Amino acid sequence: MSVDFPALAGEIAAALPGVTTKIAFGELTVCAEATNIVQVMTTLRDQFAFKSLIDICGNDWPAREKRFDVIYHLLSLTRNARLRVKVQADEATTVPSVIPVFEGAAWYERETWDMYGVRFAGHPDLRRILTDYGFEGHPLRKDFPVTGFVELRYDDDTKRCVYQPVQLVQEFREFDFLSPWEGAPHILPGDEKAAMAPNATSGDPGKK
Amino acid sequence: MQDYENFRKDECPPWLKDGAQSEDGRITINFGPQHPAAHGVLRLVLELDGELVTRVDPHIGLLHRGTEKLMESKTYIQNIPYFDRLDYVAPMNQEHGYCLAIEKLLGLEVPKRGQYIRVLFCEVGRILSHMLQVTTQAMDVGALTPPLWGFEAREDLMQFYERASGARLHANYFRPGGVHQDLPPKLIEDMIAFCESFPKVLDDIETLLTENRIFKQRNVDIGVLTREAAEAYGLTGVLLRSTGVPWDLRRAQPYECYSELDFKIAIGKNGDNYDRYLIRVAEMREANKIMLHCLKNLPEGPVVSTDHKITPPRRAVMKSSMEALIHHFKLYTEGFKVPEGEVYAAVEAPKGEFGVYLVSDGSNKPHRCKIRAPSYASLQALEHLTKGHMLADVSSVLGSVDVVFGEVDR
Repeated sequence: MSVDFPALAGEIAAALPGVTTKIAFGELTVCAEATNIVQVMTTLRDQFAFKSLIDICGNDWPAREKRFDVIYHLLSLTRNARLRVKVQADEATTVPSVIPVFEGAAWYERETWDMYGVRFAGHPDLRRILTDYGFEGHPLRKDFPVTGFVELRYDDDTKRCVYQPVQLVQEFREFDFLSPWEGAPHILPGDEKAAMAPNATSGDPGKK
Repeated sequence: MQDYENFRKDECPPWLKDGAQSEDGRITINFGPQHPAAHGVLRLVLELDGELVTRVDPHIGLLHRGTEKLMESKTYIQNIPYFDRLDYVAPMNQEHGYCLAIEKLLGLEVPKRGQYIRVLFCEVGRILSHMLQVTTQAMDVGALTPPLWGFEAREDLMQFYERASGARLHANYFRPGGVHQDLPPKLIEDMIAFCESFPKVLDDIETLLTENRIFKQRNVDIGVLTREAAEAYGLTGVLLRSTGVPWDLRRAQPYECYSELDFKIAIGKNGDNYDRYLIRVAEMREANKIMLHCLKNLPEGPVVSTDHKITPPRRAVMKSSMEALIHHFKLYTEGFKVPEGEVYAAVEAPKGEFGVYLVSDGSNKPHRCKIRAPSYASLQALEHLTKGHMLADVSSVLGSVDVVFGEVDR
């Protein structure tokens, strides 16, 4: 794939004021505002020949003010190029649905809603898609536990399947193998106070 | 929009009950989730006007295992087996997409021999998947012999999987930087022998199906797709090629050593089920040719990158080298760290474009890994493909779009 991404990025930035472009790992990312995503996608489809919507997915950054990313992957068969469009959202803000631009967006938006709880305004049928009927919560959020909250079992007394709070025979074990000398900050219990002290040098040797 | 959320979990809403009739006389029926033609666990809620299909509402997620969530709490190497369980008909093609994504983030080179072995087994996967699709589609429209004949060849291929990786299905063979083990010499000989006899198997299956009157009546002009619709639904692979677009990632955006290989891309003309059948048969012949080429021109050298910060050292070296032992210990506890960033890597899996969108936060576990499964897009287009067709065509179209629920539901 030999696409002149810097030139394409320049053209896109000129055609769509308000977006920022970024090239990393040989891939072009366009960051846009959630409110004008429909306009951005329409322009990319009609002016830049990105006619295939490959994927829509979410991503969760709990520490950020607007915690969700919604990421659209586009493909142009005629340019032989890929493009990524990113917008930010949170639980309260809605992202306009891009179904009018790409018919295939419907299921991907349903999935993003199901997994992250990002609302898509104007989606005709924003049902859950992958989780069970009547499921509660949005499982791919970082604050949703891997083991979930409920489990399903067949109840012999009532002769039907029942949901009950999850009972773990053994606590879910998340191993932290990250080396304490590099990488993520590794704070020993009690050490966090040392770092807060006014003339502390560093309570955490691994802090970058 | 129907109110699904307010129904008890074990209760079927009244408008979805079998035989429920709306005011205009349309009948709602339920297809699956346990139905031989559903190719797994698909539940379709069909609305019929007489025998014509007016609405198709696939209910998926019955096989949802939360792969993407699980991956966020495992290291990069520990996640490879999850990919076997997506499209379990062609497991190594999935692993390939994931390994490519990691290699892109790491900037890791795969040695030539590793590339050839990867391509070899991806083509094995292509034959496995297409063979299953072609023969079971014949079964969906009433023929029983093709699966019996075709599955013999599949069994041979799965034994090759086993002899290379140790498992018939869930291979866990690819690694970031190459493949896990080299191939035994006898396996290479046996695979060459298979490749030389395989075209005969295809000829036999073609004599059963290609000019078969019943097969053609059930498939020609059924489930017609246009290029515009295929693009709007994000369809790739055989479905897109059946509309006459010569789009194949192996050619358009070559990865591994595909740019050095000589193969043809089959395209269709009408975009119907029958075209898709013909394309799949042609692709199996091409895959066989690629396999033979790879086997006969297998370069010498290592099969996996020798950067031992990423790939584990050989077991024999570990017995005498302290450094190798340290590498081994570090890789199987902490794993390797992947630089911060996001990439999208795609491979041409048998069912279409299989993509992995990987977001790394610089630690040893992925922050987010989105699996873009081709079947998911294909299944979404099912309503577009079957609207206005007869009820009996639903199973024929469903077979032809080739969905596997492991990857639809993830």
